[in-house]
Parts: sequence; structure tokens; C-alpha cells
Amino acid sequence: MTAVEVRGVSKVFNAGRANAVDALVDIDLSIEPGEFVSLIGPSGCGKSTQLRLIANLTEPTAGEVLVNGKPAHQARLDQDYGMAFQQSGLFDWRSVVRNIELPLELKGWDKAKRRSRALEMLELVKLSDFAEHFPWQLSGGMQQRVAIGRALAAHPPLLLMDEPFGALDEMTREHMQAELLRICSETSTTVVFVTHSIPEAVYLSTRVVVMSPRPGRITAMIDVDLGTRRDVETREADAFFRKITEVREALRGMDAVDPSLEVEPALGVEDR
Amino acid sequence: MFASALVLVAVVWELYKGLGPQNGGEVFGWSILPRANDLAMPHVWEMLSRYADPERRGSTDPIFFTVASGAWFSLRLALAGFAMGTLVGLGLAVLMARFKVVERGLLPYLVVSQTVPLIALAPLVVSWGGKLSIGSFEWPRWLSAAVIGAFLAFFPVAVGTLKGLTSAPPASLELMDSYAASWRQTLFKLRFPAAVPFMIPALKLAATASVIGVVVAEISTGLAGGIGRLIIEYARQTTSDPAKVYTAVFGAAALGLLMVGIVVATDLRLMRNRPKEATE
Repeated sequence: MTAVEVRGVSKVFNAGRANAVDALVDIDLSIEPGEFVSLIGPSGCGKSTQLRLIANLTEPTAGEVLVNGKPAHQARLDQDYGMAFQQSGLFDWRSVVRNIELPLELKGWDKAKRRSRALEMLELVKLSDFAEHFPWQLSGGMQQRVAIGRALAAHPPLLLMDEPFGALDEMTREHMQAELLRICSETSTTVVFVTHSIPEAVYLSTRVVVMSPRPGRITAMIDVDLGTRRDVETREADAFFRKITEVREALRGMDAVDPSLEVEPALGVEDR
Repeated sequence: MFASALVLVAVVWELYKGLGPQNGGEVFGWSILPRANDLAMPHVWEMLSRYADPERRGSTDPIFFTVASGAWFSLRLALAGFAMGTLVGLGLAVLMARFKVVERGLLPYLVVSQTVPLIALAPLVVSWGGKLSIGSFEWPRWLSAAVIGAFLAFFPVAVGTLKGLTSAPPASLELMDSYAASWRQTLFKLRFPAAVPFMIPALKLAATASVIGVVVAEISTGLAGGIGRLIIEYARQTTSDPAKVYTAVFGAAALGLLMVGIVVATDLRLMRNRPKEATE
């Protein structure tokens, strides 16, 4: 069974009106369990929209989305995935541990069970000492780690991430990437990851999906075979740089189609 | 801060009394300046010392006790009005947040409701209440005063809470969506906590409004026992006892402050864990 199956999906915003926009056209994408797939592309290529379609936060205009073999809607009801956004989106009025408990509370777990799971998650993201702190007392990177802990609290098989490290500084970002890989391999979670940073996509992924805008579609799929153990040395390996070049050229290939397009800077603002 | 402001007001009062015209004055031909004689503006210390004197000749208890028991009577009415108004306001806000069509249909009428003059409304409520009897339940007169307090109090609560409930960030709402949270779960776990900073100022307004409503209702319906009645009674005696009315006026002010104090205490408790910017 595939983790995510996207079949012939199109998404039109403002359908039938003068300002209709083809956000996604004819997307086919199949993701196996255990894969780490990055969606990369310039502004307006629909990569966030595609993630939101998988999350069933928006409905496709045509085609179907299956998550864990179920329709995306059912998968959302079953909390088959966890999600993390660019803003950590922690609730100010809840302590760190109670933020992580939120999805478990919504599922109706009892207090003792969700507290022990939340503490387990805090250990996973290495924030055990901060359980009773409040989000505003933490740094941006720590907040994002709490958000990852929250997303994984219910042990979903799938993690959807929309530029979760986009607002972090470079050093914190690299650290968080390494942490994410460790967490995902410890929990054997499948990840779909939206980014516009080429090195980030290559470092994290087993497969990079390159997308182009107007209309949004998939232009290339690049397998990244850097092995499962990736560390600081991976970042300095020749294979790493070759892959970066390959992705960059796939992205640049689109310039021939429309030279006005530019790849966004790493800290750009994502369109919705 | 508050104490020094009080002292400042007293000083300004005495300054004007010392320097202002005894029989009122004119500015550009309009007689607007108040008279500074002892009848219109008694000394601050006379007002304060009046608290120790008996209410009327013959009685032994100082007037302080009369004012305090009147304030206590009105406080209970105001609390009842505040509670009713808050409940109604919260209910309306939730309805309006849930159904856009309710907000569009109802909000203009809520605004209109606050333009009805309270003095006109009070006797109406009393006469409606008099005709109401549900089973063996007799509508007590004090309930009319509390209802009028509630009538003033519900409005800020409804508007403030509605604003608060719709202030939850879209990203957080989406997060709750991704957990397939029900509307009810989103309301209690996200919308209400996010609304607290908006609700506190609304509740402060409602607290003072309920006191005003109750005092005005007491005056215009002739309900005895409360601070409103004392104000109107003492005001009639200004010629012989000018300081007397102020004892009751200050009593009413203290009542309002006490009500706001209750809200502030709740605020401090609810917001103790929030980032400091949000509480200011």
C-alpha cells in the first residue's frame, strides 16, 4: 500500500470566474512508506497547494488523493498524518507539554495516557527539560521542535511539513534538518516536505519532486541516493553537490519556458 | 497611581472652590462655571467627615453604615445583572461566530438596543416583570433592576467576545482542521482561549455598565434599599446637608471599582502564563 497516492489531480482557484487560476494541472504522484519526498519549486508552482490537498485542507477540482489507501478526507478524520507549518502555531496559553497533548486530547485520550505520550515525544525532540515552559519562552528552533513533537504525538505514519524551517537562521536550520532525519528514522515516518531551499531538499530527501508554475505541474523527479545515514560529512560530499546541481538544473530548465521566472530566495514568503 | 490621582482631583476641587466665583461665573456670556459656595461644592473633608455622622437627627449609626448596606444591596443586583448580561453576551457571540447570517442579521439590532434610553426602559421592564409569573415563581422587583443592568452589560460582552472568537489565527484554525477537530472542540480549545485578551476589556465595560444600569433602574423604578435610591434621596436634601449626597455618590463609584476589580483579578489569573505583550 502506498503512503500517498495522487491521481490525475487538478486544482483551479476561483473556478468559472474571470480570475480563475490553474494552481495544479494533472498531478500524478505516488509515495511509498518510508520515503522522504520534498516538493520544490518557485513561488506559485502549487507545492503548498499540493500538500494541502494531501492533508485534505482543500479539495481537488479533479482527480483523487489517497492517503494510507483511504480517501484523503477519511485519512484526515482518522488523524493519519501530522502537520507542521512555517509558523510553529503553538498555543500561547498552553505549556509545551500541553501543546503536544492537543491532538491526543482531540482524539479523546485520557489524561495519564496523553501525558506519558507527550513526555515521550519531548524526549524524542530533546526538550524534556522544557515541559512546563510556555512557547514564548522558547527560541524559534525549539518552538519548531515542539511543533514536530505535536505533529508526531499520535504516531501518524505520515508527516506533512510546509517549510517548517523557513523562518529559522541557517545554523539552527541545519541542526533541525539533522534532528528531523533522526526523528523520522527513529519513528519510521513517511514525510512530504515543502521547501524552496535546494540544499535542504537534497540533504533531507530520498526523492525531490521539482515543480513549475503557471500552471503548477511536476517537471522532474530526482532520486537522491546519499544513503540513509546522513551527517555533516554528507553536506561536504561531492555526491551531495552533484545532486544540488542536478536539482538546480531541473529548476532552471523551466527558465527556457518562461525566462521571467526566478527561483525564490531561501527565506522568501510562500504563497498560498 | 490611583491614590495620587484621587488626591489630585481633591486638590483641583479645593483650588476651584478657593478661587472660583461664589455665585457661578460666565465665560463669553454663558453662565457655565459652577458656583463655588459651600452649598454647591462642599469641602472634601466635609464629605469625608460626613460618613461618621448619623444619617438623620435621631439615629445613632453613622451614615457610613447606611451607605455601605445600600452599596451591598446594589452590588448583589449588579453582580446578578453582570452575570446575566455576560451569559447572554457570550451566547450571542458564539451564535454570531458560528453563523455568519446571524451576525449580519442580529448585530445591527444589538447596536440599536443600546440607543434606547434607559430611563424609558426601566419602568417598562418593571411592568412586564409584574405581569410575569412562571408557575409559582413571582417576579421580584429587584430582578427588574438586575435585568436592566444585564441589558447594559450584555452588549460589550457580545461585541468583544465576537471579535475575540474570530481573532484566532488562520494557521491555528487550519491546524485544528488537520486534526479533524469539531467546531465545538475548536471553540473551546482555540477560539475561547484566543478571545480572552478581547474579552477582558469588554467585561470591564460590562462590570461598570451593570452598576450604572442597576443604579439608574433603582432611581427610575423607585426600588428602595440600594445606593441609587440613597443618591436621589440625599440629593433632595442638598440645601440643608450638601455633603450628604456625595457619601452616596462615592459609594456608587466604589461599587463600580469593586466590580472592575473582580474582572481585573480574573484577568491576572487567566493571563498569568501569556506572553507579557499580550497582557498590556
